[in-house]
Amino acid sequence: MIEVFGVPLQGLFGQLLVGLINGSFYAVLSLGLAIIFGLLNIINFTHGAQYMMGAFFAWIGLTKFGLSYWAALLVAPLLVGAIGMVIERTMLKRLYHLDHLYGLLLTFGLALIIEGYFFNEFGSSGQSYDIPEALSGGTNLGFVFLPNYRAWVVVASIVMCLVSWFLIERTRLGAYLRAGTENPKLLQSFGVNVPLLVTLTYGYGVALAAFAGVLAAPVFQVSPDMGSKLIIVVFAVVVIGGMGSILGSIVTGLGLGVIEGLTKVYFPEFSATIIFLIMVIVLLLRPAGLFGRVR
Amino acid sequence: MKMKTVQVLAGAAALAFTAAAQAQVSNDVVKIGVLTDLSGAYSDLAGPGSVLAVKMAVEDFGGKVLGKPIEVVSADHQNKGDIAANKAREWFDRDNVDMIIDLVSSSTALAVMKVAKEKNKVSIVSGAASTKITNEDCTDTNVHYTYDTRSLAEGTGRAVVKQGGDTWFFLTADYAFGHSLEKDTSDVVIAAGGKVLGSVRHPFPGQDFSSFLLKAQASGAKVIGLANAGTDTQNSIKQAAEFGITPKQKLAGLLIFITDIHSVGLKAAQELYVTESFYWDQDDAARAWSKKFFDRHKKMPTMVQAGDYSATMHYLNAIKAAGTDDTAKVMEKMRATPVNDFFAKNGKIRVDGLHVHDVYLFQVKKPAESKQPWDYYKLVQTVPGEQAFTPLAQSKCPLVKK
Repeated sequence: MIEVFGVPLQGLFGQLLVGLINGSFYAVLSLGLAIIFGLLNIINFTHGAQYMMGAFFAWIGLTKFGLSYWAALLVAPLLVGAIGMVIERTMLKRLYHLDHLYGLLLTFGLALIIEGYFFNEFGSSGQSYDIPEALSGGTNLGFVFLPNYRAWVVVASIVMCLVSWFLIERTRLGAYLRAGTENPKLLQSFGVNVPLLVTLTYGYGVALAAFAGVLAAPVFQVSPDMGSKLIIVVFAVVVIGGMGSILGSIVTGLGLGVIEGLTKVYFPEFSATIIFLIMVIVLLLRPAGLFGRVR
Repeated sequence: MKMKTVQVLAGAAALAFTAAAQAQVSNDVVKIGVLTDLSGAYSDLAGPGSVLAVKMAVEDFGGKVLGKPIEVVSADHQNKGDIAANKAREWFDRDNVDMIIDLVSSSTALAVMKVAKEKNKVSIVSGAASTKITNEDCTDTNVHYTYDTRSLAEGTGRAVVKQGGDTWFFLTADYAFGHSLEKDTSDVVIAAGGKVLGSVRHPFPGQDFSSFLLKAQASGAKVIGLANAGTDTQNSIKQAAEFGITPKQKLAGLLIFITDIHSVGLKAAQELYVTESFYWDQDDAARAWSKKFFDRHKKMPTMVQAGDYSATMHYLNAIKAAGTDDTAKVMEKMRATPVNDFFAKNGKIRVDGLHVHDVYLFQVKKPAESKQPWDYYKLVQTVPGEQAFTPLAQSKCPLVKK
């Protein structure tokens, strides 16, 4: 059997695949963050809580209202996105002219409140969400047993990322968005409703987080702290990719998932730290991130 | 006429007796403080349920001891040693608390034990698992009531090897607790004739365990020991099922509570081995009490919560029997009296504070075998207390005379 540094090649392929799966979660989450930062200049610390809300709404939908997984995939992001828009309209809006720090503090505070509420309401031990019938089971690829659901996660995430990229980079709406980022006053003078555009963008970014949450529900326990475990890593991904870079966050998300997966094989204790090490190196060599532009 | 005199005399005698007894209860109240995790990761396995269990014990006792009222107060220690110690100090110094119970992580337990010793008050640990509590750090005012890491390792490790699970691979949380659980269990597995093929240490807390599980799968071990806790364990179980690792390889949970099983669900957790000191469905007495608990809490009790009730009862009975709430006398009575209730059969509290009682190895039922909600375990084996816990001769507690 061929071995790579003492690990059988077959096992290595399996681990790479697992890394790619985790990378897709990072990609969808960091994409939402990047969109919000790009247009609103807000560092959305509530992102993890909104991801958690997506998972919880799917679970509540299933257990209380009999809402199927597929319906939840649509409904939960819409609901969480709507709540996000209310937050933007009532609170975030007032902070745009201030330093980043204010937005960060507000969204961090909101995250704590939301998490506290879910702890209180649903307890700490987490809820379990079954894998939908159509995606249960798995396929033996020879080198690894790939659960069908995980394959679906990769496909769904990549499709979602491509759709978002297309929306922003290739459509008229996206052009407005990008113009709004560069010069909101000018865009407004052309008769475009910039505040509405901003609200919708925040809603979309938040909905992406909730979408990732629904995807995660059958894989991870649905618990109030599931978001806060992930969010720091996702922030590192955004920083490495370049704050506000759409394509950067997608590519970096997937890439770092794979690198993390490899670390778990060769040096498991280090796997929680590797991403931050990469972040430090990238910041030293390219302060704007791998795909970022210096403004 | 004569009859009346006797009655009067008897009445006077009774009064005199009560008066004498009353003088023996400090501050005219017996106050119990439940110090637990009310908001964090352990709030489901202890938390509000523990407060309820202690309150139930006080109600069932009659609300009074030696003619004085019994009060229960509670607070959140947030799983932090310093917060726990400060609260304990405040309770002992200002609020006349006589006993503190629950203490659901080892850092809080060790901190509060010290304060209790310093203030000469009673501490009862039901939530924490460290063996230090009755070894290096033992005190003569403390009882370690429900379980410790050694009993978990002994129960799951030895019994599973005996059941044929003789090759092990550990999935270990990379911090002190995980390491010690892995070490304790490895020792037991090897002593029982089993083999440890390897281990992988995952960062704490983790989220995705599939990489580590694939390693465990590749090792070919019959048993994968989960030396982690809480949502880490839950996610490990869930993902092992997802990747088709179970049921080919068996999982052994080294620290699992029934609330964990409840939240993972039987589909993923089936055939998992767990060691617990108490299961609500273990016999008629346990069922009767647990039903009362369930009616009020809407969840079945964990071993920690059942232990809280049993320990509170034992403490109150000791006060009654000793005729005083004086710490030394109550501790002496608690050690002298065996525990016999729905929680423990013939349990004994040793000089190092360890409550030695039987523990049980369970296997989680398959979904088809479970007839009702919370019907999760089948008994594999009862592990006698003397075998489950460290023998007194090996205790590192300075109070043990050798």
